[in-house]
Amino acid sequence: MIELAVNGKMHRFEGDPATPLLWLLRDEVGLMGTRFGCGAGLCGCCTVHVGKDAVRSCITPVSGLAGASITTIEGLGAKGLHPLQSAWIEHAVPQCGYCQSGQIMQAAALLQANPRPSEAEIDGAMSGNLCRCGTYPRIRVAIQQVAMGKVPGRIEAPVSTRKKAGRP
Amino acid sequence: MAGGLVPGAMLGSAVAQDRPASTVMPPELTAWVVIEPDDTVVIRVARSDMGQGVFTSLPMLVAEELECDWARVRPEYAPPAEHLARKRIWGNMVTTDSVSVRTSQDYLRMAGAQARTMLLSEAAARWGCSIEECSAKNGVVTHIPTRRRLRYGALAEAAGRRPVPADVVLKPSRDWQLIGTSVRQFDTQAKVTGKLIYAIDVRLPGMLHAAVSACPALNGKLKSYDATQVMLLPGVRQVVPVGDAAVAVVATTWWQAKTALEALQLTWDESAGAGLSTDAIRKTLQQGLNATDVAIGQRIGDVDSAMASAARVLRADYEVPYLAHATMEPQTCTAHVTDGRAEVWAPTQNGEGTVAAVAQTLGIDPSKVVVHKCHLGGGFGRRGLSQDWAHQAVLIAKAVGQPVKMIWTRQEDITHDYYRPMVIARLSAGFDADGKLMAWKARVCGSSIAARLAPQWMRNGQDIGMMNGFLKADMLYDLPNFEVSYAMRNNAVPVGFWRGVNYSQNSFFRECFLDEMAHESGHDPYRFRRQLLARAPRSLAVLDEAARRANWGRAPAGRHQGIAVVEFDDAVCAQVVELSVDADGVVKVHRVICVLDPVHVVHPDAVIAQMEGCILQGIGAVLTGDITIKDGRVEQTNFHDYPLLRMNEVPRIETYLIPSGGDPAARWGGVGESGLPPLAPAMINAVFAATGQRIRTLPLRQHKLRPA
Repeated sequence: MIELAVNGKMHRFEGDPATPLLWLLRDEVGLMGTRFGCGAGLCGCCTVHVGKDAVRSCITPVSGLAGASITTIEGLGAKGLHPLQSAWIEHAVPQCGYCQSGQIMQAAALLQANPRPSEAEIDGAMSGNLCRCGTYPRIRVAIQQVAMGKVPGRIEAPVSTRKKAGRP
Repeated sequence: MAGGLVPGAMLGSAVAQDRPASTVMPPELTAWVVIEPDDTVVIRVARSDMGQGVFTSLPMLVAEELECDWARVRPEYAPPAEHLARKRIWGNMVTTDSVSVRTSQDYLRMAGAQARTMLLSEAAARWGCSIEECSAKNGVVTHIPTRRRLRYGALAEAAGRRPVPADVVLKPSRDWQLIGTSVRQFDTQAKVTGKLIYAIDVRLPGMLHAAVSACPALNGKLKSYDATQVMLLPGVRQVVPVGDAAVAVVATTWWQAKTALEALQLTWDESAGAGLSTDAIRKTLQQGLNATDVAIGQRIGDVDSAMASAARVLRADYEVPYLAHATMEPQTCTAHVTDGRAEVWAPTQNGEGTVAAVAQTLGIDPSKVVVHKCHLGGGFGRRGLSQDWAHQAVLIAKAVGQPVKMIWTRQEDITHDYYRPMVIARLSAGFDADGKLMAWKARVCGSSIAARLAPQWMRNGQDIGMMNGFLKADMLYDLPNFEVSYAMRNNAVPVGFWRGVNYSQNSFFRECFLDEMAHESGHDPYRFRRQLLARAPRSLAVLDEAARRANWGRAPAGRHQGIAVVEFDDAVCAQVVELSVDADGVVKVHRVICVLDPVHVVHPDAVIAQMEGCILQGIGAVLTGDITIKDGRVEQTNFHDYPLLRMNEVPRIETYLIPSGGDPAARWGGVGESGLPPLAPAMINAVFAATGQRIRTLPLRQHKLRPA
């Protein structure tokens, strides 16, 4: 039997200790925001925090997590949206959205360790997280905005009107 | 929720989940619009959202004419089962070929205008005035002379009993208020908080989980298996054959199912794949280069005579590999099959197609099938006409008799795709003594996608679409003599629709060879294209804008440019790629300029996002995309050997939209794919500028580049 905390709540797990954290979260705890992408730590879809570290939950056996404190996307913005989530909305980052939980968890760990990362540091930290839709340029900008303190942690109004056409 | 399986609370409001429209209270205004007493405006969406944003852009088309309060709009998927019961009232549900906006914009704007007219008529009747004295704006009808007002929510129920007007006048495009603005997309917040429910996230009472394995050799069979040992493993409930080619383990959790599947003793019959390899396929395709059993896609003048009289002839063979879709959400589907009925939760690009596939698989009438559409964790063509995942899921669910969620491993996903076909091309061009282009001949050879997935599209046994990009409608170069032909050479590798279908490879052939022609005749690649596009003003405008924005011909020191322009789905897209090649031959893409004329733009930011996605998918494919076959098996299995583009490889992308506009009844361009085809040729042409090396086979990583 293994006990661990998920988003501040204790959970007991009596199944196979080799079970990856991802499947404990999804099929036992019922938190579906952490997603399965590759099962081999190659895409980052399943990224969660163990303590302050971003880890790939698909290859992290529960056996090593006794007493650990896990944070998932559902627990990231405990008091409303995390600034990264606000920035993701502001910059219309998601396309299909499937990988974005992992992207945001990875970015949150980066900013916690390094609040003012350079562009190269952002690229370095984020290059383990795949996005097939190609939202990378917006992810990069959203992280930079948060790092520069330009995004408050607030819930946005439902509608924003942006410039009609053209970029930049 | 039909079947009562999923309590609404479980899926929550963030879910793009359908509900039976006929039970909605109050009744519909039209099939597309329901307005609730609190002024909530429900707008039905028939197509599927896989990240391209149609869950927002399609309701915008309705709302533009409806004149409702956009902040009160709530989109929902039109349910496929009800769609069939109501004689396909929501039109085509297929979400492929970038059709969503361009082929439904007319009837969606019409639907909004009809509903608005019904609301106006109801208000006019209550006030005893003519409809001309009333105006509709922002969800309120106003009686202009007296300033009396009625909310849509107070009118809708009675308005819904009025006849749906057949003749409504739509706004001219200059009056559009909502169309052309980048409103916030509906599901963005749910996506960034992890709350959006994809098909892979569906949870049902009593639901079991299935892991599935199909024969690793393409078209192979399951010979035998022995479930004795794995049935003893924790959580395992059942081991079921899935058709004659696959087996599934069903367990309490997916991890238990997957672990047991790996331990399952089984034998495959791989004989169907014997001898099948990329090299063997290449030999077959090369034979097609000189074959006479071909389809002719377009013929201008007399290309053979012109070629025979040419002073110089340029000839080159090109090749592209198979490519996998690799949606980030692996193939998955949840199903409950009981008593001759099926209920399915599907990441489908084609709701009707899923109904049909399920009905056919189970041998039941389509009226017995309920499909719940979920937002897709990526599509790119994988989940439209190829419904293999739905087929498997309902077979498993039928054997189990309980709700079952099937999830493929990534390995299963990469090795059992419907791949972008491997295609080779032979291109030749004849020039006169002055270097003037006299003749161009193109031959493509590969497996037909239509033959595999849509035989109804074949004409006289031929698949003309395999020549897209070289056909009259989509190649606008003014040529004296031209011919394109296709030698169909089908094999056991399943092929399918990969973003940019057929244009993705044919534009590479066409636009790279055009660069070769320019070089051969001593012209700048941009100006060479300009000459040939003199009678194609839209293409010319897009090309010129790309060159201007890119500062064509004046790349920063050490960087090199390549250009391409492609006409696709009535959109025109030109791109300039700026890259460098270092001393080790490593390519770095610094900047991509993208100019698009989509004719009209509903949601500019979503269109720009599509261009970014197309460009990055394109760069990844050029650099490393390669599915190879050996002994009948796909050799790649996961992202270590089928790598996708990563953040550190992402260039600066500048997208400029220059919609040419015009009468909205005339034509609209597709935007979901049109940014992809120009990327590969623009990038490879830039590689030539940097190295002097003509790269004619992809991916790039098989070549050793040397900076010039």
